Amino acid sequence: MPEPSSKGALGVIASLGHAVNEIAQRLGFVARFFAAILLYSGQSFRRIHLTIREMYFSGFQSLLIMLVSSLFIGMVLGLQGFETLQRFGSAEALGIMVALSLTRELGPVVAALLFASRAGSSITAEIGLMKATEQLMAMDMMAVNPIARVVAPKFWGGVLSMPLLASLFSAVGVFGGYLVGVVVIGVDEGAFWSQMQSSVDFRLDIWNGIIKSFVFGIAVSLIAVFEGYDSIPTAEGVSASIRRTVVNSALTILALDFVLTSFMFRGL
Amino acid sequence: MSRKLMDIWVGFFVVIGFSALLFLALRVGNAASANLGETYTLKAKFDNIGGLKVRGPVKSAGVVVGRIAAISLDPDAYEAVVTMRVNARYHFPRDTYASILTSGLLGEQYVGLDVGGDERMLKAGESFSRTQSAVVLEKLIGQFMLNKASEGAPNNK
Repeated sequence: MPEPSSKGALGVIASLGHAVNEIAQRLGFVARFFAAILLYSGQSFRRIHLTIREMYFSGFQSLLIMLVSSLFIGMVLGLQGFETLQRFGSAEALGIMVALSLTRELGPVVAALLFASRAGSSITAEIGLMKATEQLMAMDMMAVNPIARVVAPKFWGGVLSMPLLASLFSAVGVFGGYLVGVVVIGVDEGAFWSQMQSSVDFRLDIWNGIIKSFVFGIAVSLIAVFEGYDSIPTAEGVSASIRRTVVNSALTILALDFVLTSFMFRGL
Repeated sequence: MSRKLMDIWVGFFVVIGFSALLFLALRVGNAASANLGETYTLKAKFDNIGGLKVRGPVKSAGVVVGRIAAISLDPDAYEAVVTMRVNARYHFPRDTYASILTSGLLGEQYVGLDVGGDERMLKAGESFSRTQSAVVLEKLIGQFMLNKASEGAPNNK
């Protein structure tokens, strides 16, 4: 069979097919990589200090950016919500608005986006550099499985940190809304909390938000460790894989959020 | 950094994460107040429930005394059957009026109980005999237009 020319309509179709093949192959690789992580994750729980170490780097060290940004997001929600609700004469519903938007959407989503750029990128950089400096290969030579020793603890550290960070994000955001709404603007404090409590449901709103953040944690951590492990072991290769981590994580979080929301809150 | 110090910081992180969840559950959500304590079931049939929702409040004199447990349609009479769980502390006379009301102009709908004077109280599983359906705005407007039309008719002659 003659080689098809790279020009004309056939060339376009060929490059399209090539791209689809590439994507399918990559997805298959991700799935096998995920299966390998799950298979070798026994060690990251038996030697729990490996996972605790990763929780320190990806969870604890993200605390500051999470707390500051959630406080500001809560305060902005307080200002904007008051501005809008006041037009309809229902400024007391500010508490509901702030709490529902944080627990359902903004808490899990923004926390996951920040987590992807703060912790995900550094996970990718670390694994990518370990690959570039042939540390992963050296581990393999010493009969230490790099997936069990390096990748799985980083993955589980991220997965376990994410729901904690998201609930902190929502809680501090509600406090920020309280600061602006009640302390600065002067919405009635009793109405703010009681209306919030009467319409925020623990299982429906808060727990679904936690489930969301757990799913985002899996997605972001998987993308971060995969891109690091898959990176081309050069300086440009590592930088490209960090960029892919941030971009792919953001897109995956937003797409997953739409899917999860449509399943969770459709019956309302 | 020593492993001990790292353990302490991660422990601190986990503790404040869980306390944030607790704050959300107790202060922001209604995990504490949703629990009504011991309850019993009462039923009421309505021609039209409007926008009433499951878990909506049941109020008597403005005080929340229960929650709506289920809403279904009676297949024979084509009436809505609203099942409520009412706090066991409160008992209502047999001639209590159950009506569907709206809190505020655009607020949520709830079941309001107007207590009657009967000596005998409703028991668990029994139904309110006297109910009033939700006000449907379109029907109200339709009625109003009809009244206006019939008012205007004699003047045309």
